[in-house]
Amino acid sequence: MRTDRPDSPAVVDAAAELVAAYVHVPFCRRLCPYCDFAVQVGGDTDRYVTALLAEIASAEPFSRPLDAVFVGGGTPTSLPPRRLAEVVEQLASRFGLAPGAEVSIEANPEDVDAGVAAGLRTAGFNRISLGVQSLDSSVLRSLGRSHGPEEAVAALGVARRIFPSVNADLIFGTPGDATWIESVRGVLASDVDHLSVYALTVERGTALSRAVAAGAAAPDPDEQADCYQAATAAAEAAGLVRYETSNFARPGRACVYNLITWAQGEYAAFGNGAHRHRDGERSWNIRRVDRYEERVFAGESPVSGREHLTGWNREVERVLLGLRRAAGVPAGSAGSALLASPAGERLVAAGVIAADGDRVRVTRPLLGDEVARELLALEPIEC
Amino acid sequence: MTDTSRIRNFSIIAHIDHGKSTLADRILERTGAIAARDMREQVLDSMDLERERGITIKAQAVRLHYTSPRTGEEYILNLIDTPGHVDFSYEVSRSLAACEGAILLVDAAQGVEAQTLANAYLAIEGGLEVIPVLNKLDLPAADPERVALEVAAVLGGNPGEVLRVSAKTGEGVDALLEAIVDRLPPPAPAGDGTLRALVFDSYYDIYRGVVCYVRVTDGVVATGDPLRFMATGEDLPAEEVGVLTPKAVPVASLSAGEVGYLITGVKEVERIKVGDTVTRRDRPAKQMLPGYREPKPMVFSGLFPTDGDEFERLREALERLRLNDAALVYEPETSRALGFGFRCGFLGLLHMEIVRERLEREYGLELVTTAPSVAFRVRLSGGEIREVRSPQDLPESIERIEISEPMMRVMILTPTEYTGTVMELLQEHRGVMSSMNYLSKERIELVYRVPLAEIVFGFFDQLKSRTRGYGSLDYEVDGYAVSDLVRVDILLNELPVDAFSAIVHKDKAYVYGRKLVDRLRELIPRQLFDVPIQAAIGSRIIARETVKAKRKDVLAKCYGGDVTRKRKLLEKQKEGKRRMKMLGSVEVPQEAFIAVLRVDED
Repeated sequence: MRTDRPDSPAVVDAAAELVAAYVHVPFCRRLCPYCDFAVQVGGDTDRYVTALLAEIASAEPFSRPLDAVFVGGGTPTSLPPRRLAEVVEQLASRFGLAPGAEVSIEANPEDVDAGVAAGLRTAGFNRISLGVQSLDSSVLRSLGRSHGPEEAVAALGVARRIFPSVNADLIFGTPGDATWIESVRGVLASDVDHLSVYALTVERGTALSRAVAAGAAAPDPDEQADCYQAATAAAEAAGLVRYETSNFARPGRACVYNLITWAQGEYAAFGNGAHRHRDGERSWNIRRVDRYEERVFAGESPVSGREHLTGWNREVERVLLGLRRAAGVPAGSAGSALLASPAGERLVAAGVIAADGDRVRVTRPLLGDEVARELLALEPIEC
Repeated sequence: MTDTSRIRNFSIIAHIDHGKSTLADRILERTGAIAARDMREQVLDSMDLERERGITIKAQAVRLHYTSPRTGEEYILNLIDTPGHVDFSYEVSRSLAACEGAILLVDAAQGVEAQTLANAYLAIEGGLEVIPVLNKLDLPAADPERVALEVAAVLGGNPGEVLRVSAKTGEGVDALLEAIVDRLPPPAPAGDGTLRALVFDSYYDIYRGVVCYVRVTDGVVATGDPLRFMATGEDLPAEEVGVLTPKAVPVASLSAGEVGYLITGVKEVERIKVGDTVTRRDRPAKQMLPGYREPKPMVFSGLFPTDGDEFERLREALERLRLNDAALVYEPETSRALGFGFRCGFLGLLHMEIVRERLEREYGLELVTTAPSVAFRVRLSGGEIREVRSPQDLPESIERIEISEPMMRVMILTPTEYTGTVMELLQEHRGVMSSMNYLSKERIELVYRVPLAEIVFGFFDQLKSRTRGYGSLDYEVDGYAVSDLVRVDILLNELPVDAFSAIVHKDKAYVYGRKLVDRLRELIPRQLFDVPIQAAIGSRIIARETVKAKRKDVLAKCYGGDVTRKRKLLEKQKEGKRRMKMLGSVEVPQEAFIAVLRVDED
């Protein structure tokens, strides 16, 4: 499957049967003003890793070895490579790693030099995702990032030499960003095989939302639409295929971990605030690092909430997630109900969704939430 | 039978907040109807009593026993309540018709207000003896000298005759009670003994049906009497007559000069009309008591359930509201935009808001209200006159010769410093001045003839803001006048939306259309396609805006860690979407319909 196009139904649907593990690393050097993840500045990283290892050790394995591991954050590279290696080893020994499994890590450009990259590679990672965000120094400053454009380009170069697969994250629609498309071309020129482009979003409770409430410029959705379209054209010209709303990859290079989540597949998760999906249940860990550690060290479950979706709700979720993908989703009862509804007919007429054999696809990904809301508004059907 | 020379029937007339209820409580207390300390408890107790007796007590006419400490004479005082708002001036006039006298209560700090004045004029026109009383003497801001001069200017009396009380402390209330028996006349002697009683108010009780409040003018009404209601022609028995003390106490009969309640067993409120005359079926009076009028709705508006499935519930809710509110009228209406609903007629704007609020709050209905309209009279080419209560019903321009609109006589009281700005406001609303009277150096009364349609939209709020809250307003019906009126239609995505149409004066049509189009452009969210919004008179477009198609509406990230939260966020947004109304293929939020009601406010 490694050479298949990431927007092909066969590839994305197959991910439903795969399993993954997510590991959260909450530490950051500083907080980015737009970020609403479970993060904190500094902390006792050794204590945290010890807790992670304990949580992994007590987890129930899947019936098959892991097809993907994703270490995200926060800033995973705030942990030394040898400690990250311990985490990967622990996952491998508890769950098993399938041959050719994707083992992915997020990193900030300023943390990645040849030594670190080699250390991560040795630790078992075969995919790296760099938080480049922009190649414009003023945009990087307003996003509160620590690195500059040169560091980002250098990190991309190092990563490209050492990792089989490299992703760059970019943020578009930052007010005042006049060089967006150059950032896109810049990372594509570094020969990344995966690109994620995210619209800057004002999340509740962030410094950005306070600034906007106080009168700072908010991202403009029309400008963001222009940015997105320009990025799509540039990525596709460079041979990357859009396979999810915000994600592009060369054939065979789609992120397996994410494919599993969009296919409503199963994944374990470890660390504070981490979310998992197993046996039809979504659950999430306590968000505060100290509380999370206390629970794990006391031999208690760190789970702080859970949601068990069944029947229609689960079916709606399947379609909701599946529609994020360019390949769409087998229509099933919810997709068919959507297509048959008056709202669905309007969406088809407006070219937002399309029926494609037994599948339904979002054909204007920038209007995906419009579709999602209509899907959620459907009258439930027994299923 | 009571000696009528010992009866005093009176009302208290006052502006809202000038202390009418407090004074009434104090009078009840002084006459022993309710012991001061137990007042609250008594009132609560009476609710249990209601359940036992199966009658709801609305202390609309309370019978009080008073012994003058000066002369030792015993009196019966009937204190008759009046509705407080301008929309109900007909009801006020009926209540006053049941009295020989009135206490004109004026806040000694605030001074005379338009509403006080309007009711005082009603009382004087009705031949009532008026005792002017200043209240709230205990307030530091009280200025009794100035306000007494104002009151004297209104009533034409001597400032020295104006009594002064503090309903709060009770100061001056004893003197007021003496003035009531001294200065107010007893009921006029009865006529030939043929029963005539005025229904001055009515109330619906779930156990007993309609309870009428009556003032007997001639003859006697006794339990068991066969009665006839002269205006409606209904023949009904007197199941029970009684008085309120304020407990409901049945009595054998009520005689000329007396006030009390009458229960006939009728369950349908519309069968009893306020202002009607009750007589005996076997010995009917020749003439009704004067002043009866059918309650006439002045303002009309479409009420539509947001959810089309709620139509039947809306019908039931209106039916139930009407049990208590004979002035509410409604008929089914179909709107292309809003589906099935009702065109409702109201006495005025306050009445409209009360009804809408009760429907929403008490019956849990979500409603879309169309712009209020007045009843226009259209003269057609054939000479026929047609009443048009809804803009959609306006005949085509070639079919009609002229349109007349209802006019109001508007009385405004304002501090003189705002005279200029108030006159401007009235002019902007096509008002024509009838008179201008100085109540004192500081306060002026302006009387204008203004089209009702002009005061339907936020006029009162504008008056308040232009006079920093000091201006007050009252109005009464003042016939019809021919006017140059056009219908402005709104087209959404090329389709006319009947709910947004309005009949407006030709000179104001452009501004109205422009404002509404601008407002709608702000309120209608971007859709999947461009939505043109146009205002038109006939086929002529007078304003146009476009809500551009939305281009981006998607979450940037949806990964394993976000699924539950993102779904919940979308579900919440979806709830907002459910409250939108589909007009053609355009989703329109509730606020857009409210915008039409408020378009004149800025």
